[in-house]
Amino acid sequence: MCLAIPAKILSVDGDTAVIELGGMRREVSVILLDNVSVGDWVIVHAGFAIERLSEEDAEQTLALFREIMDTNAVH
Amino acid sequence: MRFIDDFRDPAAARALVGRILKDAGDAPMRLMEVCGTHTVAIGRAGIRNLLSGAVTLVSGPGCPVCVTPDGYIDAAIALGRMPGVRLASFGDMLRVPGRSSSLEKERGKGLDVRVVYSPMDAVAMAAAAPERETVFLGVGFETTAPAVAGAIRAASERGLENFSVLSSVRTIPGAMAVLAEDPDVRIEGFLCPAHVSTVIGTDAYLPLASTYRIPCVVAGFEPLDILLGISMLLRQKKEGAARVENEYSRGATPAGNRKAQALLREVFSPCDTGWRGIGVIPGSGLRIADRYAAFDAEKKHGVPVVFTAETKGCRCGDVLKGKIFPAECPLFGKACVPEEPVGPCMVSGEGTCAAYYKYGSGSR
Ligand code: SF4
Repeated sequence: MCLAIPAKILSVDGDTAVIELGGMRREVSVILLDNVSVGDWVIVHAGFAIERLSEEDAEQTLALFREIMDTNAVH
Repeated sequence: MRFIDDFRDPAAARALVGRILKDAGDAPMRLMEVCGTHTVAIGRAGIRNLLSGAVTLVSGPGCPVCVTPDGYIDAAIALGRMPGVRLASFGDMLRVPGRSSSLEKERGKGLDVRVVYSPMDAVAMAAAAPERETVFLGVGFETTAPAVAGAIRAASERGLENFSVLSSVRTIPGAMAVLAEDPDVRIEGFLCPAHVSTVIGTDAYLPLASTYRIPCVVAGFEPLDILLGISMLLRQKKEGAARVENEYSRGATPAGNRKAQALLREVFSPCDTGWRGIGVIPGSGLRIADRYAAFDAEKKHGVPVVFTAETKGCRCGDVLKGKIFPAECPLFGKACVPEEPVGPCMVSGEGTCAAYYKYGSGSR
């Protein structure tokens, strides 16, 4: 029940936004976030966007994976 | 999708497993994955077997359905039986056994229980049916708490007089502290939940790390997140460190979501609360604050949640505390299976017993 998933904001209207979730469009509340805009990735749980996902931080973690792959590659 | 697929790359997973096995000490490090979503992801990816010898992963109390006391189910059923009352609930609460029945069994006998995806759906139900009282079963941890709070505030703003919440909202760090103190559990590292941390912030674990000298790593729920989180815990152990580290920086910050925290402070007040199998943990619950008392189903309808002792034969308490693996419960896979659960750990998809049953490992 705690499942929260990344979703992309398709449109925003005041306190609600439309996201795409598993191929379906759904309205979610964005009262927990400041200045949500179209194209933002957010984490959605129980009808609320609970945080914005940071592409920059995701990229840093992915870079770390690449580094670990280079030093621990199993061939 | 880059936020998902990139975190499932098998080649990176192999490299991480290699790094973990290389870092392993003589005895496996005993780690607790606190959250049920981690338990399920670990089971699905077969991580326990991949890392056996390097780490022992014990599952924690982080499934809100599993730790909801049976007295809560009894109170929900009592509310549902009141004339003119309709219940709205998250789906996985329905099969949780109370002392004598479950919501699902009662629904078969005519109890009006609707499954909703969001607490806001329950508010909409109340607005659409002013002649009936809609009671939302507000169960969850910090991830869910802002949604419950948001629904209560929305109902208040709309002046809805036929909406209330039976709150069983709880907070995770207090439960982790109880486990950290328990000599039978012997945790050497906590893999902390991603989305609870999104709300409360990774700094919320600082007191745990410093008081009990237990390393804490917040990790996401994809397989690579979990493997990297475990690797970070292992490296802390090697160094003799006990820090809070954040693998899930893309979705959780040190301070957390301040707007969500402010909403929680507005709508709820901390309280002592009973956890099934663990007992009462001081300050680990959130009750509806006095200014929103009109939306508190316990007060509005005079149906208190009474914290009661265990279900006979079920060892959920020991499972939730990480003291035993599910297979050590005599009922596991015999009298207790997902279709006929005896204890709540077998009910929810995120329950430890259900996850072990589904992914075929009752031990480790
Ligand atoms: S197997 Fe069933 S009875 Fe045993 S601890 Fe798990 S949920 Fe409880």
